[in-house]
Amino acid sequence: MSTPPQEDSHHVGLDSTTSSHPLVQQLKKIRQGDSGLLPILVGLAALVIYFQIRSSVFLSAGNITNLFVQATIFILLGMAEIWLLLIGEIDLSAGFNAGVGGAIAVILVDHQFHWPWFLALGLAMVVSTGIGIINGLLVILLRLPSFIVTLAGLLGLQGVLIYIVDRQGTGGVVSVQEKVLYNLVNGNLTPLWTWIVVVVLVVLSSIVMLRGDRKRRRSGLPGKPFFITVIKIVALAVAGLLLVLVFNTNRSSFTHLSGMPFAIPIDLFVLGVGGFILAKTKPGRYLYAIGGNIEAARRAGINVNRYRLMAFGLTGLTAGIAGLLYVSRLVGISDGIEGGTYVLYAVAAAVIGGTSLFGGRGKMIHAVIGGLVIATIDNGMALIGLSAATQLIATALVLLAAVTVDSVARRASSNAR
Amino acid sequence: MESTSEASNTQHSVTTDADAGASGVSPSNATPLLSLRGVTKQFGAVQALRGVDLDIPNGQVTALIGDNGAGKSTLIKTISGIWAPSEGHMFWKGEEVHVHSPRDAARLGIATVYQDLALCDNLDIVQNLYLGREETDHALLDEIKMELTTIQTLKDLSVSTVRSVRQLVGSLSGGQRQAVAVARAVMRDSQLVIMDEPTAALGVSQTAQVLELIRTLAARGIAVLVISHNLIDVFSVADRVAVMYLGNLVSSGPVANYDTASAVELITTGETSRAATSLTSAQ
Repeated sequence: MSTPPQEDSHHVGLDSTTSSHPLVQQLKKIRQGDSGLLPILVGLAALVIYFQIRSSVFLSAGNITNLFVQATIFILLGMAEIWLLLIGEIDLSAGFNAGVGGAIAVILVDHQFHWPWFLALGLAMVVSTGIGIINGLLVILLRLPSFIVTLAGLLGLQGVLIYIVDRQGTGGVVSVQEKVLYNLVNGNLTPLWTWIVVVVLVVLSSIVMLRGDRKRRRSGLPGKPFFITVIKIVALAVAGLLLVLVFNTNRSSFTHLSGMPFAIPIDLFVLGVGGFILAKTKPGRYLYAIGGNIEAARRAGINVNRYRLMAFGLTGLTAGIAGLLYVSRLVGISDGIEGGTYVLYAVAAAVIGGTSLFGGRGKMIHAVIGGLVIATIDNGMALIGLSAATQLIATALVLLAAVTVDSVARRASSNAR
Repeated sequence: MESTSEASNTQHSVTTDADAGASGVSPSNATPLLSLRGVTKQFGAVQALRGVDLDIPNGQVTALIGDNGAGKSTLIKTISGIWAPSEGHMFWKGEEVHVHSPRDAARLGIATVYQDLALCDNLDIVQNLYLGREETDHALLDEIKMELTTIQTLKDLSVSTVRSVRQLVGSLSGGQRQAVAVARAVMRDSQLVIMDEPTAALGVSQTAQVLELIRTLAARGIAVLVISHNLIDVFSVADRVAVMYLGNLVSSGPVANYDTASAVELITTGETSRAATSLTSAQ
């Protein structure tokens, strides 16, 4: 590979950094609908400030930790939805798919079966993946709309869940006694391990960013200005430090309780793997292509149906992981879980974070930010004593605001053509 | 089907032709790149192509003109492997070939740019150019390699209006999108690029850009087959003209043998007294 000297790229006018100041470009990008996470992060910060003013305990270590745990179900189900939203499909059954997976794990580890935890959790994830694949096969082979197929899945899986939970003869609730499943959400890393996990993550992602930048600069391609990378790394380090300080503060008045809940490394792991697949691998690239123009993808020689099926399977798998964390948090499974509501919150989380409902645009991190926004509203409104009615209306307004921003940005970018 | 060693030979011959084209020497027409002989296509009772004979030489722009329903689209779909001809023969560099699928056509080096361009608006230029055949490094996408090649390809095609190759294709103008679709064909080492109405939806300056691009392709030794309704475009860009009328290829030859009046007559009636005279005068 010959490396063209930098002057050449200037000559043909391909260098975007020469035209104007990076800040001006960033503003331009926001107007063109390529705003990144900035607006929603500002929104989240505004919510946090508002709730802290209204209630002084909002930013206490205990409440922040609780908020992250609350957000986990929205985050994981939101990431599950993103696989399909990217290709312009949806999975309404993901909430009950999570419920069924969780129920299988709960029943197998305890009750009469006493399976080893890894087998039970593994089987639960396999079943959830399988349910996702069945959805996908129905959509792809019979050419049915995913909305209807997974609506049927929502109803059917609720039936399945009620059936298997009620069969245990424990009054519609099965509780978790097994330690690993219990600890998925309720256990904590020790303060030392909290430090280690956060420091390793911050250092690793900094190295990845810096190496990527250096590789671009060495090959003579126009890159992002160095200071933007520095700002990102500093922001990451500060956020990591704050989280460690929050998690490592004692949050119990009776006994000592501190450290990062296990749920958070699990969220980060799914985020990392999902983000990696989408950004760095061919299958990820193909999901975006299918969502953008399925006919173009097909003509480019991509086996479109294979990757659509993969997306359905990944949605099932991610929903299964969400189910495990959900039953851990509830310390059991009941036949009355609201899988239908959860899945709608999950879609809302993805959309609030910036993922498009129309396919082709989205990232795993969107579900994390969106999930945190939803959990913040839930948590903060409960703290300042607002009714459930107000909470629902506020969530609705945030969702509307997010979709409006999305749609205005889309229009702006198509007008720019 | 062609073996790998033959494929690499093909590569070699293209480079020679490209050199010849660039230095202004007209490539020898001893063996046309693609020859059709007696190609017929029937859809049930409908005879869409009736014994079409057509030669497409290297490094030249052949314009395929004709009225709606004359069989232009059927002909290019046959060449690009969407469907097989009912009868007739197809020769690629003098050897008979059977193209049964777009994949077969692509393997020979035939790329078709359809009117809808088949681009993903949500992906950037690099991602679109490499869609379906991404470069990888240890199974991971090699973005830098792909970006460098993209810049080089656009530069080779003298596409200079694009601000950044990391721009989303959805934000490009019609002419730029056409350029991206053509660049994709070029990057796949195509030797014959078929373009369906490339200027149909474009304004004046955009059209000029696309015509310029077509000339650049031919100068690089690539054979171009352009379908167009716009005779002004045809006469400004084509080296050769082929006219279709009701499934027949009624006339073909160097562009100098035609003028607007004779072309219109051929398109509408399938014959012309003028073309006959100009043909003789050219010889």
